[in-house]
Amino acid sequence: MSGIIRLHFELPGNDLMSAGEASSSVKKKLNQLGINPAAVKKAAIAMYEAEINAIIHAGGGTLAVTITKDRINIVISDHGPGIADLDLAMQEGYSTAPDYIREMGFGAGMGLPNIKRNADRLEIKSAVGQGTTVEITVFF
Amino acid sequence: MKIREIAEILGATIEVQGDSLDLEVDAAFGSDLMSDVMAYAKDNVLLLTGLVSPQVIRTAEMMDIKTVVLVRGKKPDHCMIQLAEEKGITLLSTKDTMFVSCGKLYSTGLTGKGVRE
Repeated sequence: MSGIIRLHFELPGNDLMSAGEASSSVKKKLNQLGINPAAVKKAAIAMYEAEINAIIHAGGGTLAVTITKDRINIVISDHGPGIADLDLAMQEGYSTAPDYIREMGFGAGMGLPNIKRNADRLEIKSAVGQGTTVEITVFF
Repeated sequence: MKIREIAEILGATIEVQGDSLDLEVDAAFGSDLMSDVMAYAKDNVLLLTGLVSPQVIRTAEMMDIKTVVLVRGKKPDHCMIQLAEEKGITLLSTKDTMFVSCGKLYSTGLTGKGVRE
């Protein structure tokens, strides 16, 4: 591929049914571009978990994707409550999600660890009361 | 093992046919937690779950899982059916419990080898 592809999505916070649509569109795009399947899966899992997080914890946000020849960069931003203790949040099993989220199959404290496992580069910026930005990079 | 053989072993109804009932799977993963599916399942597995939610189909899509079995007699809702049809994912429903479903499939040759240690 040549050039840079940029995609932008709004993540509606009140629509749990549509959660994952943005990640689905990006995955489809990566497959169309012929990116190797292992990298596509890593990006898809990390992106989907981050999308779910923004919807669960922050009432939605935005997802911005940049695809170049050798990588995908995904930035998910929200204006939610922020993460008070990032080290704790990165631990498997730690969760602040309410029960109704568990009924969707999430909220067991595996989201951030899953993102970390699948991202080649991960940067999380968060401030309590202001919001969280998660930047995920996966190399092809 | 072919999907149609799995459906037969579990006495499952086919709720959504998906791309093909002749697809082969050799491993399975059972969980009601979708984050655990993404943490542990690897390639070409069958997913067994008791969770009825469109997020099951989304998770399957992200993981390249082509077949989902709903256990304990759960039936997919309209959203789940619509999404599975859209994504070409086969959706089965069995009256067996998770334990019994997994036992039947394990004893006929499916393994857990598609799962991260």
